[in-house]
Amino acid sequence: MVPVSAYLIVAIVLFGIGTVGVLISRNMIVMFMCIELMLNAANLALIAFSRSLEVMDGHAFVFLVLTVAAAEAAVGLAIVLAIYRNRETINIDRFSILKW
Amino acid sequence: MSLDTLIFVISVIVAVFSATMMIVQRNPIASVLYLIVSLVAQAVLYVQLGALFLGSILIIVYAGAILVLFLFIIMLLNLRGNEDLGEKSPLVSQATKFIVSILFVLELVFVVRSGYVAESIATGVADTGSTGFGSVEDVALLLFTRYLYPFELTSILLLAAIVGAVVMARRENRDIQQSMFVEQTPSETFKKGQG
Amino acid sequence: MSDYLYLIPLFPLIGFLLNGLLLGRLPRVVVNIIACLSVAAAFIISVLVFFELKALPPDVRVIEQTLFTWIPSGILQVNFGLLLDPLSAIMILVVTGVGLIIHIYSIGYIAHDPCFGRFFTYMNLFMFSMLTLVLADNFLFMFVGWEGVGLCSYLLIGFWYHKKSASDAGKKAFIVNRIGDFGFLIGMFIIFWEVGSLEFRVVMEQAPVVFIAGGSLITTICLLLFVGATGKSAQIPLYVWLPDAMEGPTPVSALIHAATMVTAGVYMIARTNVLYMLAPDALMVVAIVGAVTAFFAATIALTQNDIKRVLAYSTVSQLGYMFLACGVASFSAGIFHLMTHSFFKALLFLGAGSVIHAMSDEQDMRRMGGLGKHIKITYITMLVAALTISGIPGFSGFFSKDEILWKSFSSQHGHPIFWVVGFVTAGLTAFYMFRLIYMTFHGKERMDEETRQHIHESSKSMTIPLMVLAVLSVVGGWIGMPHIFGVSNFFEHWLEPVMAGGSYEPVSHALAAGGGDVGMEWGLMAASVALVLVSIYFARTFYKTKPQLATAWRKKMSGLHQVLLNKYYVDEFYGAVIVRPLIVFSLFLWKVVDVILIDGFVNGSALVYEGVSESLRRVQTGRLRSYATLFVFGVVILVAYFVMD
Repeated sequence: MVPVSAYLIVAIVLFGIGTVGVLISRNMIVMFMCIELMLNAANLALIAFSRSLEVMDGHAFVFLVLTVAAAEAAVGLAIVLAIYRNRETINIDRFSILKW
Repeated sequence: MSLDTLIFVISVIVAVFSATMMIVQRNPIASVLYLIVSLVAQAVLYVQLGALFLGSILIIVYAGAILVLFLFIIMLLNLRGNEDLGEKSPLVSQATKFIVSILFVLELVFVVRSGYVAESIATGVADTGSTGFGSVEDVALLLFTRYLYPFELTSILLLAAIVGAVVMARRENRDIQQSMFVEQTPSETFKKGQG
Repeated sequence: MSDYLYLIPLFPLIGFLLNGLLLGRLPRVVVNIIACLSVAAAFIISVLVFFELKALPPDVRVIEQTLFTWIPSGILQVNFGLLLDPLSAIMILVVTGVGLIIHIYSIGYIAHDPCFGRFFTYMNLFMFSMLTLVLADNFLFMFVGWEGVGLCSYLLIGFWYHKKSASDAGKKAFIVNRIGDFGFLIGMFIIFWEVGSLEFRVVMEQAPVVFIAGGSLITTICLLLFVGATGKSAQIPLYVWLPDAMEGPTPVSALIHAATMVTAGVYMIARTNVLYMLAPDALMVVAIVGAVTAFFAATIALTQNDIKRVLAYSTVSQLGYMFLACGVASFSAGIFHLMTHSFFKALLFLGAGSVIHAMSDEQDMRRMGGLGKHIKITYITMLVAALTISGIPGFSGFFSKDEILWKSFSSQHGHPIFWVVGFVTAGLTAFYMFRLIYMTFHGKERMDEETRQHIHESSKSMTIPLMVLAVLSVVGGWIGMPHIFGVSNFFEHWLEPVMAGGSYEPVSHALAAGGGDVGMEWGLMAASVALVLVSIYFARTFYKTKPQLATAWRKKMSGLHQVLLNKYYVDEFYGAVIVRPLIVFSLFLWKVVDVILIDGFVNGSALVYEGVSESLRRVQTGRLRSYATLFVFGVVILVAYFVMD
């Protein structure tokens, strides 16, 4: 039998990998996927808590998070598409006009 | 080592490994595939935690739909992993990013380890089904009773996302008008110009 | 009906809001109707509540209405409360009545000005403020109206703001008024400090208990309030703004600078008569200032050539009379003169406006003359007003002025010297008024040919108000006939419940009872009438029959004439003693304190921030990933903080 805290640690590790990905990757789409990974890590934690507290509310949250993730993916990918059409690149560092 | 533990360890190894592979891959398509593998492994963990319904949703919706959308975009943009991504960041900055992330992970682990989370229940696949915890009925009951309004609001969110995606992704107006003109016969355009 | 007391100020406010918010979008007719109807409605309600008040027994003639609490703050409780008693009843009747007549007159006067909407907006706002002033049941609410009328005065003096002299005059009026308001405010603060309330009723009840009669505290309060009154009512030393205020449209001069606003100071002193009765020294100051102002302004009026300026100085002089009356503790006489004065001075101003209208905006009397046969109605009504202000028996001015003269002689606060000053001033008044009449309406026609062609009687909407006011000027005084005429003085009895400081009453009754003093009163009355008649005769000789005599006299006393013509050089004196040092001081504040110290400090701190941000902005690389790194770093610190906790 595996204790609940083990699942939490797994969620944390996955979240950390997602964080590193977001910070390191220069590819916009990979950054995006890392964000999805982070969302899922949070979901895993929610389910673990739900199990630990014996209440189902965490499941409802996970469901809602999934919806948000889907919406976010749709909009985000549309943005990627629009950006790519304008600049012919997916290098995130090229979009640095948001300063001064 | 019991069966539960075994399944847990294997799933964890698969999930963490493929997540790591996802970020080190240069080819985005490989990244997506690794992410799908990672998600499937996570779905196993979900099921172990009693979330049978959400586990299947994760595979169907996430791996099946959202990540396919990613694949679709990557193929649309014809990305092959050989794009110019500029020069790499300096080593110091990369190291900083790693250190910050690791610090963060360590902090969270410390939080879990230091007893902030009750170590009440151990879990296993065997638990599922017996109590109905995490079954479709229970999740549905919750969504349509206590979380009815947030649930309904998600529909608005999705609608807004659809509209947003369409607006962001469509071509410039100029292009559309041009294509409309092309569809007209030249003589009509000429007459309009005269009139 | 008294429940609807709040409607009296409300109607002009509605008119103001309608005309103001829809400025420039309403046709002329609608603007006129809104402006006049709102005042007319206020007037009708005023009449109704007046009769309701009259139906009550004299000692309970008070109607109070608290609309809501304005400032609830500890012991400071200030209400939007209205107070109707015999005094404010008289005031609202005068304000709305004369106001209505002048509004109607304005329709014709302003007919050719494109800014009629703005004009009526300000006028209605003025009516609202003035009614607030007289109806308020506490000092602070009164002060709201007090400031409101000051604002409207400023706006209306500078109505033709493209004329520099007009906007300057507006500023002058406002600034001089502020000086007075300062005194009023301080007085108000001390009252609150001592009594703990600003409500008139409470203050008047508490005053005899809280203050020692004749003590320095109450004297200070009264003097400070009087400073406010001198500012608003144009008394020495703060009278200088009123003559300049004649730059405004003539109906404004009539309404604000003759009939209503400038009398606010008199009203305020009458309203606080209980306090003044406790401070005989302050009363003495009021009487002296009033008497000196009356005489002083009358002498200036003798030599002025601008028709409106003569009237302006005449107003200052007449206000001096009112303060003289208040100063000898004969408040009801002051209010009585306030009322009759508002009739005949409004009439004089409106008549002057009609003359100016006829003369194609010429105001210099030296270029008038012989107008009497061209504009008959204006001439006759102006003549009535001149007779009234001069104090010819039978006209209202006679009764009110004579009351003041008699009280200044007989009251226990009075003194024969006051009577002498008032007496001489009465002669001067008659002289300058008939000088005006003769220069304007009689003698040679001195205007140029083109103007002469255009002389015309004003329209009906202007002449009818003149006639109404003329009738009021004649009969308005009959409600306050002196005792010796064998009739009961209705006006004085009417105000008796308010004038709690009526301690002079038994004295004057006693005097009236004694046969010798009745004879004395008759004698003084006859003397003043005789003096007035002589003055009129002189004016006639100088300006009608033998104008060369006037020239000769002017030559003979050229020094005095110059001094008077230049208004005793008071403006120059103020300019040198007050304004110039202030300008120098302000320049110092500007060039040194503001530019070097304050700006230096502000700019210096801005420079520091600029330098710091110049280096800090490097953080803003515009790269998403570096932002994300910082973000995560922040999260690490936050989590660390909570974990440490």
